[in-house]
Amino acid sequence: MTFRIHVRVMPRRGLLDPQGQAVEGALKALKFPDATNVHVGRAIEFDLVAADQSAAATAARAMCAKLLANPVTEDYEIEVEPK
Amino acid sequence: MTRVAVIRFPGSNCEPDAYRAVEREGGSAFYVFHRETDLRDADAVILPGGFSYGDYLRSGAIARFSPIMAAVERHAADGKPVAGFCNGFQILCESGLLPGGLMRNATLKYVSRPVDCRIERTDTPFTSAYRTGEVIRIPVGHGDGRYTASDEVLDHLENRGLVVIRYVEGGLLDAPANPNGSARNIAGISNPEGNVVGMMPHPERLAHDLLGSNAGTRVFASLMRWKRPALVTNS
Repeated sequence: MTFRIHVRVMPRRGLLDPQGQAVEGALKALKFPDATNVHVGRAIEFDLVAADQSAAATAARAMCAKLLANPVTEDYEIEVEPK
Repeated sequence: MTRVAVIRFPGSNCEPDAYRAVEREGGSAFYVFHRETDLRDADAVILPGGFSYGDYLRSGAIARFSPIMAAVERHAADGKPVAGFCNGFQILCESGLLPGGLMRNATLKYVSRPVDCRIERTDTPFTSAYRTGEVIRIPVGHGDGRYTASDEVLDHLENRGLVVIRYVEGGLLDAPANPNGSARNIAGISNPEGNVVGMMPHPERLAHDLLGSNAGTRVFASLMRWKRPALVTNS
């Protein structure tokens, strides 16, 4: 089966996120004062052939651990969508 | 003669400076392309500064899987010297040869200027020609230089004396001592054995009298006098 994998990588919670702060400052300047706790991360998507949903998730987790995210500085979430 | 392999990744840009700094100190430098798998009997390895693979994904994240890195990891495991300057430090952290990681500068600015740094540890192949506690003024140039690690790892680095070089308050006016928000003002660290050293400053960019200072020269002079059996460890 083919799955569409969505990976969301964010700066590790609790670590300084200057990009998020800068965007939050810009939103405030644009008169959106209600937006708070802004964080900037990265989204990665790809197709993956796997036997089933669980195998796809396992493979995607391995990819995150090895390359797509840095466990020292980033958190990630994976979504597996059947195609 | 000390044979030094300077690794060339796509996007490296400080490798000629490192090459020349080695040669000026009497070593024999040669380039090794990232696609190669053999270090050609190098005594030491330098991972140069630059923007390997365009800094895509994260600085150093893709370079660490270059074919040559398996040989670099073996070289490090054998206790032989490996240094990473700037992007090279980022690659060493991504590869797990050094702990922690380098995140976007706290100021969000790409910082390119001299900084004052204290040499904290001189029993490494890259700092033995300095005096412990000596302060040098040396350039940095990076956007992702904020050294980050868990408190546990930071305490470990401090307690074991693995911080090699640290940003310090100096005579630079109108500029914060810590250019990027690094934890505990850390500019560079080593592994417990001391043979793997990474730092954000660029010693290779200040290694010639013509530049008005040769504060970085002794990084390479240190390497020239490195003898494997003399390697001191504090592990």
